[in-house]
Amino acid sequence: MRFVLALLAVVLTLVGYADAEEVRAGRVAVPVVKIEKGEACVAPTAEMRRDHMKMLLHQRDRTLRQGVRESRFSLKSCVDCHASRETGSVLGKDGFCSSCHAYASVSLDCFECHTPLRQTRAASAPR
Amino acid sequence: MSPDRRQFLGWGAAAAAGTALAPVIRLIELAQARSPQEAASALQRWGLLIDITKCADCDECVTACHEENGVASLGRPATDAQWIRKVGLRDKRTGYAQTLPLMCQHCEHPPCVDVCPTGASFKRDDGIVLVDKHTCIGCRYCVMACPYGARSFVHEAVSGQKADVPRGKGTVESCTLCVHRVDRGETPACVEACSRDGGKAMAFGDLNDATSEIHRRLKREPSGQIRADLALNTGVRYQGL
Repeated sequence: MRFVLALLAVVLTLVGYADAEEVRAGRVAVPVVKIEKGEACVAPTAEMRRDHMKMLLHQRDRTLRQGVRESRFSLKSCVDCHASRETGSVLGKDGFCSSCHAYASVSLDCFECHTPLRQTRAASAPR
Repeated sequence: MSPDRRQFLGWGAAAAAGTALAPVIRLIELAQARSPQEAASALQRWGLLIDITKCADCDECVTACHEENGVASLGRPATDAQWIRKVGLRDKRTGYAQTLPLMCQHCEHPPCVDVCPTGASFKRDDGIVLVDKHTCIGCRYCVMACPYGARSFVHEAVSGQKADVPRGKGTVESCTLCVHRVDRGETPACVEACSRDGGKAMAFGDLNDATSEIHRRLKREPSGQIRADLALNTGVRYQGL
């Protein structure tokens, strides 16, 4: 009897866990991280995840105020690599920037002014 | 004793000559085109010289500017952004009419920078007056302060911006002297269009560079500033006014 109860408990727990997983996957939009171009970013992934906004902030002031136009940390370069192949944009439902920002619930103001579209024509053509 | 002393003086002279020459060499270096890694320098001052007698009755400069910078008209003249416009002048007695392009005059002492409460309106080291839209709060003090009416407020959400020219609702904007083109070593879009399709009335260059065409012409020919009485020392100069 005790063995049957234990078995039942284990089975129920497993079923419950699987259910919770399913619910979680269905309810929350998991970010879509699809890298379209290039092998590696300008810094290791962990650093990019945590600090990309600092890099952009630093670069934007140097570019605007001093006229230093390095492509390494420029928003234009981000978009050129990370824009979706289908839409050519980093925004939209599966957009590289917007899907992650929606998941983390962080507002994304860059593209109120900057264009979210990739500029290089060769890369935007479907391959 | 004597040769030693002479030698010492020789070294001194050599050192003095070296120190005196170093900045000259540096100046020559900076006269070359700037690399993308290099900051804008105060040794340069970008400006325009516009010969009104050649200014044709066209609006090529306006079209080219708005095309280059992605400034699209929404069909609402009261609120549409305007980076450059054609102004007509008419002598009431003689009826003599002139027309000239008017845009941000890129003053050395810009009133728009003086009044900005957040420091968003600023002058770059090479004399180009810009708006940092990251810090602009849209108060429009600068729009009021500018004696040339050169600045516009963006009233509506913008889409379809150019990659080099971010524009957004709630900020102030004006002629940037096509700073993205200047940084690439090109001339502003209005100047290019005027030389190609217009009256060849506009010249762009470094006001500080003694070898530039604009410097030579300003030195030899009569020219003037609009509202010179304000002593703003504008970067945009006019001839035949």
